[in-house]
Amino acid sequence: MTCDEVRSKLEPYVDSELSDGELAEFEPHLRNCASCAADALGLLQMKRLTRAAGVRYSPTPDFRLRMEQSIRSKSKAPWWSIRFPKLALAALAAAVLLASVIVWQRHAERDRAFTELADMHVAAMASTNPVDVISTDRHTVKPWFAGKLPFSFDLPELQNSGFTLAGGRVAYFEHASGAQLLFTVRKHQISVFIFQQQSGNMPFSLGTSASTKLAFHMETWSERGLRYFIISDAPASDVHALSRLLRNAAH
Amino acid sequence: MADAQSNFGSFEELAMPLFARLYNFAHWLTQDRSEAEDLVQETCLKALKGFASFQQGTNFRAWMYRILRNTFLTSRSGLKSTTISLDDEEDDGAEPVARGTPESILLASMEQQTVQGVLEALSVQFREIILLCDVEEMSYQEIATTLAIPIGTVMSRLSRARRAMRESLSDARIRATSRGVSR
Repeated sequence: MTCDEVRSKLEPYVDSELSDGELAEFEPHLRNCASCAADALGLLQMKRLTRAAGVRYSPTPDFRLRMEQSIRSKSKAPWWSIRFPKLALAALAAAVLLASVIVWQRHAERDRAFTELADMHVAAMASTNPVDVISTDRHTVKPWFAGKLPFSFDLPELQNSGFTLAGGRVAYFEHASGAQLLFTVRKHQISVFIFQQQSGNMPFSLGTSASTKLAFHMETWSERGLRYFIISDAPASDVHALSRLLRNAAH
Repeated sequence: MADAQSNFGSFEELAMPLFARLYNFAHWLTQDRSEAEDLVQETCLKALKGFASFQQGTNFRAWMYRILRNTFLTSRSGLKSTTISLDDEEDDGAEPVARGTPESILLASMEQQTVQGVLEALSVQFREIILLCDVEEMSYQEIATTLAIPIGTVMSRLSRARRAMRESLSDARIRATSRGVSR
């Protein structure tokens, strides 16, 4: 091999990309050519230096935890999509579905909606900017939504309630815009979603319900044309207490 | 997805071991902690949604980095970074290594901080390929998959990136030497 041929392959050499056959030709030249050997050494040292300098940034433990929780909850969220053993249970599942298709559809729609809202809640928790308007003052947060939403809503007085308003952002659900409000109680965060209750766009045409999925407590109800959802990992009693405050504020 | 999960591990099992490296790469691209966190988060959520279509037997790491890089390129800071033209790029294989001052002498005196500064100053296209090759230790094939370019382009771009890095390091050394002389 000539020096030019060797130099054209020095980078694949330091990157361990040469085949055994190429190495067999390559290495004897390096042993006998001080100039090419010096170039190879220089490249190797730069590669080592770059490797050492390149491992520079580490995620914070808090961010790692948030991502783990987010991935875990999303991986497990669509509980209706848990795979059953393929053949044997397929027939049984089909029979069950046929027998209860209407009920199932209603539940599936609710589950999907709950999951989507839970996703939005988890995404907000994982975000470094969970809200677009940051304020503990309801008289700041509520006006912020004016002009951004096709409806208005009332927020409760939270003094001595244990709840704190953290802020809000515009959220989208079922092709409609709504409000996502973030509250805190002790160390828990609570999302409150408010959307317009229009026929057809909400899988929650029936009144009030409360449920627990994946350690999230959720409540939903309809009030004066608006559909409210509360989602949190806070105890169900806290979720219910906040729902009562919101309902009272709406009256 | 069922097969992928049952035969290939869950998304979490595959993705979390890459988490710290993905974050490091994202931070190098964005040069900002908050943006890097958003980028990693969006990457993981996109990958999780697309995990069903992930082909078992293909390279999960390259797939994740490809999603991260594509997500970055469509972000605000990513769009800003792509204004540098790569029109003169050809699949002409690696270029010969530029010769000059023995780098062994030069590099021995370089502080890690200087190398980091030089890496930061490189264009995103050069920075990312050096990071993928030298820090992530990806093969040329993995880099080609991640960047969606032919292997020949990987080699030529890598070579040009390293040359740019060498020149910047050399300039940094000259500046450091002249500062020392002037004292």
